[in-house]
Amino acid sequence: MFVTTVLRVRHGVVAYGERPVLRGVDLTVHTGDVVAILGANGSGKSTLIRAALGLVPLSGGEIELFGTPLRRFRQWPRLGYVPQRLGAGGGVPATVGEVVAAGRLGRRGWKPATRRDREAVRAAIDAVGLADRTKDPVSTLSGGQQQRTLIARALAGEPELLILDEPTAGVDAASQETFAKALGDFVHGGGSVALVAHELGPLASLITNAVVIHDGVVAHTGPVPPPAGHHADPDHDHVHPHAPGTAPGLWERP
Amino acid sequence: MSIFAYQFMQYALLGTAITGLTAPALGIYLVQRRLSLIGDGIGHVALTGVGIGVLMNKSPVLLATLVAALGAVAVEIIRERSRTSGDIALAILFYGGISGGVFLVALSRTSVNLNSFLFGSPLTISDADMATIVVLGAAILAVCLGLRPWLFAVCQDEEYAKVAGLPVRTLNVVIAITTAVTVTTAMRSIGLLLVSALMVVPVATAQLVTRGFGSTMALSMVLGLASGVAGIVISGPSDTAPGATVVLFAIALFLVVAIGAAGRRAWRRRRMPGEPAHCDPPDVLLSQEGRS
Repeated sequence: MFVTTVLRVRHGVVAYGERPVLRGVDLTVHTGDVVAILGANGSGKSTLIRAALGLVPLSGGEIELFGTPLRRFRQWPRLGYVPQRLGAGGGVPATVGEVVAAGRLGRRGWKPATRRDREAVRAAIDAVGLADRTKDPVSTLSGGQQQRTLIARALAGEPELLILDEPTAGVDAASQETFAKALGDFVHGGGSVALVAHELGPLASLITNAVVIHDGVVAHTGPVPPPAGHHADPDHDHVHPHAPGTAPGLWERP
Repeated sequence: MSIFAYQFMQYALLGTAITGLTAPALGIYLVQRRLSLIGDGIGHVALTGVGIGVLMNKSPVLLATLVAALGAVAVEIIRERSRTSGDIALAILFYGGISGGVFLVALSRTSVNLNSFLFGSPLTISDADMATIVVLGAAILAVCLGLRPWLFAVCQDEEYAKVAGLPVRTLNVVIAITTAVTVTTAMRSIGLLLVSALMVVPVATAQLVTRGFGSTMALSMVLGLASGVAGIVISGPSDTAPGATVVLFAIALFLVVAIGAAGRRAWRRRRMPGEPAHCDPPDVLLSQEGRS
């Protein structure tokens, strides 16, 4: 069967306690799509992908991954998750190679690592340009290099859908370029992407579709809208008042 | 004739060496998820098992293992469920555990010396104790080394492990039960109140000089083993408290390595002055906050 929809959220509702964060959100990612989920801080965009991954329970609506309802979905290796940041690991050092190898475990199962597994890990580290840092502790890397380590960890499992939470937040320009290239290679290899972003930077050219979340609902679906208001100014200082009361369209292109 | 020709000294040496080797192998996972003191809490809970064993005239080690395992799983459930009130629940569990132990032992009207369980009594390890320690020690090493990639993934980033499809809850329970077994295996050699030191201190020492998880684990096991052996070798002839000597030796190693590492850093800085630390230029930082 040829699955054309890799991720579908229908009327997703999420509430933290009494406070609704998502109030009926729809999101569809087709094979080959690169969907940007945009919105201001506090709009609910990260919550949307966390719900899609099963990390936050839905209080209404439904989610399908690769055509299977989330609660029955078991093919986790088809999914690659890139969180916002790397945990500190309690101060216990871990090398880039060790962190990335953890991303292979879902595919590998309980068997000892094969040559194929080791090659996938090496290829993932190569893809993000960190081959020379494989044996270095992740704590010695810059924020952008740590972010690329997390992408490599997701790529090591050879996923079909990458889900990224704020991959460009606080990342230096050079790392963003390498990051955009790794993501581009993944898409050209037939992968699909859903990413949450506050701003797109060098990723903008990859995006096929944008969903703008505002105050827990979808405010816009379609092509990436042009930057609005003072956001069109590349030198604007990036301070946003928090929703509500903020117009949607809070991102920028380089 | 050396005192190490006596069987009780050999048992003391072997029992403490096994504790020194296994405690950091498990402890590294606890340190990694910032639960360094959980071993101490499980030790408190195990004392209730000792009390039940003494009262019912059954093996204190066996019952301590069972009660500690139940306590460790309870801790895991509290950790998983609650974010805010977990602290208080743990305090109640731990102090309930140690009070329960003291209460039950007193109730038994026997002459059982609680100190030997709290601070270890390696010189009185029996044949049966020794067999138990060897078997449980081997099991701990099999879990900590054999499941290393999976346990590392869960302790490093639990949410990621969940999304990767790893059986996170099962692995957490495995860690909890292995913690309980490590605590009771160490009970006869260095004691319930001191075992946590060997879970944490060798790891803390190792990570001062290592660069990866695998090397930290290997070095911490070597340091734990060295502390266990050295503690008995020192305390045997000089008749000092064995468990305390082992722990003090481990802490002394930490201090020596910490001072050495600081000295090495200072020496390097002086040799290569003016080389800036590697960091991102702040002017290209695009956004700091992005949580929603």
